[in-house]
Amino acid sequence: MKRIEAIVKPFKLEEVKNALGEIGVTGMTVLEVKGFGRQKGHTEVYRGAEYVVDFIPKVKIEAAVQDEMVPAVVERILTAARTGKIGDGKIFVFDLEEAIRIRTGERGKEAL
Amino acid sequence: MKTYARKWTCLILCLAALLLAAGTIPPVMAADAPDTASPAAPAAATPPAAAVAPPAAPAIAPTTAQVQKNLDFVWTLVAAFLVFFMQAGFAMVESGFTRAKNAVNIMMKNLMDFAVGSIAFFLVGFGIMFGTNPTGWFGTDGFFLSDFARDADKWLYAFWMFQVVFAATSATIVSGAMAERTKFLSYLVYSAVISALIYPVFGSWAWGGLYHGKGWLEKLGFIDFAGSTVVHSIGGWAALWGAVMLGPRLGRYSRDGKVNAIPGHSIPMAALGVFILWFGWFGFNPGSTTAGNPDIARIAVTTNLAAAAGAITALLTAWWIFKKPDGGMTLNGVLAGLVAITAPCATVTPVGAIWIGAIAGVVVVLSVLFFDRIRIDDPVGAISVHGVCGALGTLLAAVFHEEGFSLARLGVQALGVGAAFVWTGVTAGGLFFLLKKTIGLRVSEEEEMDGLDYHEHGNTAYANFQLIERR
Repeated sequence: MKRIEAIVKPFKLEEVKNALGEIGVTGMTVLEVKGFGRQKGHTEVYRGAEYVVDFIPKVKIEAAVQDEMVPAVVERILTAARTGKIGDGKIFVFDLEEAIRIRTGERGKEAL
Repeated sequence: MKTYARKWTCLILCLAALLLAAGTIPPVMAADAPDTASPAAPAAATPPAAAVAPPAAPAIAPTTAQVQKNLDFVWTLVAAFLVFFMQAGFAMVESGFTRAKNAVNIMMKNLMDFAVGSIAFFLVGFGIMFGTNPTGWFGTDGFFLSDFARDADKWLYAFWMFQVVFAATSATIVSGAMAERTKFLSYLVYSAVISALIYPVFGSWAWGGLYHGKGWLEKLGFIDFAGSTVVHSIGGWAALWGAVMLGPRLGRYSRDGKVNAIPGHSIPMAALGVFILWFGWFGFNPGSTTAGNPDIARIAVTTNLAAAAGAITALLTAWWIFKKPDGGMTLNGVLAGLVAITAPCATVTPVGAIWIGAIAGVVVVLSVLFFDRIRIDDPVGAISVHGVCGALGTLLAAVFHEEGFSLARLGVQALGVGAAFVWTGVTAGGLFFLLKKTIGLRVSEEEEMDGLDYHEHGNTAYANFQLIERR
């Protein structure tokens, strides 16, 4: 099992969610996060004074999937979240040791 | 426990004092009593009630004068209620332009300056402003609305209601400039003093003649129809002295002179406030006729045109300087136009009003930048909007007067503007200095960083929302 963590532009969330649903990803967790990468921050002006916003709002999508699904999931996120401009985000893939469904106590693949 | 016991003793003593004070003014109550007891038989007392009766009784049909009188009452009171709603506008503007961690405090200040100001204006302010004024410097009677005992004229109630909302407008201007760092208790004391003394004394100079007084400024022909100077400059200059005595918010200015933006937490809220104020101004200016007559139409037009012109020129100025059509500055531009047209609204043509609003819109943006440059921190731009544009509008009243420009008139206007600046500087400046030396004017650094809501009021404006910013 793997855990996929994708940080994307907030307005891309809906497209990514739909794309993953189509290939059978059954659940995900979404977090509103702030951060920066190569994009760095941007400058805003308030009442005549400029200021830098270092941490830009992003959405982090977390999903647990079976190993064989990982290439498809990554591919779908790449297509759905890409605008081609700086700030599109990143995908991280982690090994996932265990998954347990709280309601039934099922473990592993069954819990996904 | 001990401190609680002491506080309760204090409170009970205060209430006792208030009751004693009330006991010393029986004439009002006594004279008032027969009047308030009459609603059971209103037809006998007030002719208009007879108007709804069938034409069988033409003998007691209202005369034109009576209808006019009733109209004056209704218009003046409706206008007063519109001006009252401006308190909500100020509350929205000020909280929108400041941080979420201080929103409860802003609401409490805007609420309590009206409450405290109403009582103070009833007890002291109205008499000073409109009482018999032998010297031309301040009124000497009419406290506690006691003139009603003498004349039993209900007009006093309508007139007082209209005037108290004006006094409260002047008082509430200050809270924005002093936002996010002022001790709540000190603000309450200030509210009482401006409504009881600072505003009414100057008001008696310019407006005393509207009732029993006659001030030295109005004798010279000073034009301030609805209060660019009397209301707005007084509030604006008091705001200036408050901001000077307090010093800037933490982190507002860097050592190297850089101005750091402290973005307000809700521009939509600020915009709603400006819409409410624009709406309320249709009571503020046209209502200042205190008469239901055709003049109110022209005044409504000049008021609206100046606001619109102010918005446009402030927008263009901000766009030119910051390369973006800045929202906050444009909102200030609307208010600048409204403040500036307040004095001349009844004595200029519509084209003159557009000029006045347009000039104010440019000046307000430059003024906000100027006060930042000299490091006077005014989170909402109250000093620029009300102080500077109030003075500007009062001067422009002479420049764009419908009868043409006259240097003598400009001189009188300048004298009034200068008098307001000096009077407020001495009194408000002195008051804030005294507060600073006694109960303290500013909260501690820790309180300021955590937000006044938590430390002053013990809670937060937006429970369930985590506010992580800490500056």
